Amino acid sequence: MSFKFQVSSFKFPSFRIFASLRSMILLLWIGFSVSAQAEFRFPMPEFASGYEHPPVVVPAPSTAMIGWDVVVLLITLTLAAFLVLKRRKRREIFLLTLFSLIYFGFVRNGCICSVGSVQNVAAGLFDSSIGVPVTVLIFFAAPLIFALLFGRVFCAAVCPLGAIQEMVAIKPVKVPPAVEKVLSMVPVIYLGLAMVSVATGSGFLICRYDPFVGFFRMGASFPMLLVGGLLLLLGVFVARPYCRFLCPYGVLLNWASKLSRRHATITPSDCIQCNLCADSCPYNAILEPTAEKAPESRGTGARRLGKLMLLVPVLIVIGVVVGGLLKDPLSRMHPTVALAERIAGEELGRYSTTTIESETFRASDTPNEMLYEQAAGIKGDFAVAGRWFGAFIGLVIGFKLIAVSILRKRTGYEPDKGTCLSCGRCFKYCPVKEKT
Amino acid sequence: MSGKRRDFLKNIVRGGALAGIAGICAALGMRKNKYQCNGKCSDCKPDSSAECPMGGDGYVWQIDPEKCTQCGRCATHCVLAISAVKCVHSYSMCGYCDLCGGYQRSDAKGRTTGAENQLCPTAAISRKFVEDPYYQYTIDEDLCVGCGLCVKGCEMFGNGSLYLQVKHDLCVNCNECAIAAACPSDAFRRVPASDPYLLKGGGA
Repeated sequence: MSFKFQVSSFKFPSFRIFASLRSMILLLWIGFSVSAQAEFRFPMPEFASGYEHPPVVVPAPSTAMIGWDVVVLLITLTLAAFLVLKRRKRREIFLLTLFSLIYFGFVRNGCICSVGSVQNVAAGLFDSSIGVPVTVLIFFAAPLIFALLFGRVFCAAVCPLGAIQEMVAIKPVKVPPAVEKVLSMVPVIYLGLAMVSVATGSGFLICRYDPFVGFFRMGASFPMLLVGGLLLLLGVFVARPYCRFLCPYGVLLNWASKLSRRHATITPSDCIQCNLCADSCPYNAILEPTAEKAPESRGTGARRLGKLMLLVPVLIVIGVVVGGLLKDPLSRMHPTVALAERIAGEELGRYSTTTIESETFRASDTPNEMLYEQAAGIKGDFAVAGRWFGAFIGLVIGFKLIAVSILRKRTGYEPDKGTCLSCGRCFKYCPVKEKT
Repeated sequence: MSGKRRDFLKNIVRGGALAGIAGICAALGMRKNKYQCNGKCSDCKPDSSAECPMGGDGYVWQIDPEKCTQCGRCATHCVLAISAVKCVHSYSMCGYCDLCGGYQRSDAKGRTTGAENQLCPTAAISRKFVEDPYYQYTIDEDLCVGCGLCVKGCEMFGNGSLYLQVKHDLCVNCNECAIAAACPSDAFRRVPASDPYLLKGGGA
């Protein structure tokens, strides 16, 4: 049937071609009649001229760079820690940032990156049949280990996503601290959603919505470039918007950095409370000294802490309930569920057109019921994952409330170890010279 | 005093975190990978003693030509400006036909090789006379955009010797392949970097 269509559509301009076409039709028919036994409709001819076909060229992937990447990562991390903690020179940190932008960003095209590696590790944890390459594990672990020891030096000068934003942060304005605190929940939610996506096999959200990888590769879909461009534009005034209000890996680094063994300090010696550094941080990461007199009695604080600790399990329970309700909207991020809903909608005549997905599904001759069953199973996974997601968000909100309510005495200006990106801007504002 | 106690607690938590990260990495690094094939491919039989080739080394993306439906998204969804997916020609499967469903449009006016008769939108397929009535079809990879129009034609009218593959000298091996995420027929999967192609016709 197929070649009838083909033949009828050709015109016959000359006798010679007509003759060869006739032989072709014959060949087609022969080919068709033997196709039941033979593998191909038109078996490869036996050439009288001794023709030999050229080889099929399949270039191997280059793996040479991958081992090199790990070396560069470890060197830049060590150098960043050295520059932040020992050299304390903003210019040198900035030059290292520029190097990382060029190497990890433009040379290596933004992949492999630590931010995305969270998903590979999570995929390995959720599914026991998935192994993770050593390179990816090192990219996941090294920045976290460095954060546990020296603070977020990865954010300061190694991460290419941070680096590209650092380059455009020309005129940073201060975000009100309350807004900053509330928006800092967004990365936690993003991290939770990314984990839900990995756990249910819906793909790697963090990679899909990586805003800057399009610039590193000099090409991406228009919405991706638009979002990246808008973030960079915003980044001129609000320094590093992705790092502060979106980056899911930053959540882990924030926690690790809070525990850091050594951390960048604003002053190389003792703070003289001169107030000069107070406005130097574009990230709201400088904590002011506390008042001499405690604003409340010990008992009031302790009672409030007790109440907040009781609130944490309540928040978790609320999270579990709300997370369970999110099952349906969340499950739409899985392609099978989206396809099942589309097919069901098309069956009901809700759509006048079909999509490539629904056409492909129909062509595969899989019964609809099987697809619906699959989708229902996946929705069940989402019900479980959604509850864990809710519990996680509840827990984080609870802990954040506790952290806000605890008053620590500070005798000088200090960096907030969690949110400080160790960029080194504040160093030069401090008039105190190092102890000799 | 309370500062000292806090430091002591911090040391413990930090040590725990370090041990946790090390433990996770050790557990995942030692594991043999069966990513996305889950024992379905011939190399990964969960019940056999043979080790899966996707061990600690990396993996790369590839198209399973048996699953590919030539939807055309390979040309449009790759993060590269020109897709890393190219048409590959298995010469040993080709019928060397004069009338090639992958080369000429089905509504071609006449049998000339003029651009208006060619199926390929970028004229990436060239044909060379071998002997009467056979022609060799060659893909110019620099011109190919991976749209799969010729593959569809060859599947419908010919032997299916034209098929799409990810070319690994071009592919940047994203953590999540943008085409894989958009593929309607699940034809993309990760394969070991040591064996990075799923070739038709034994790779000839």
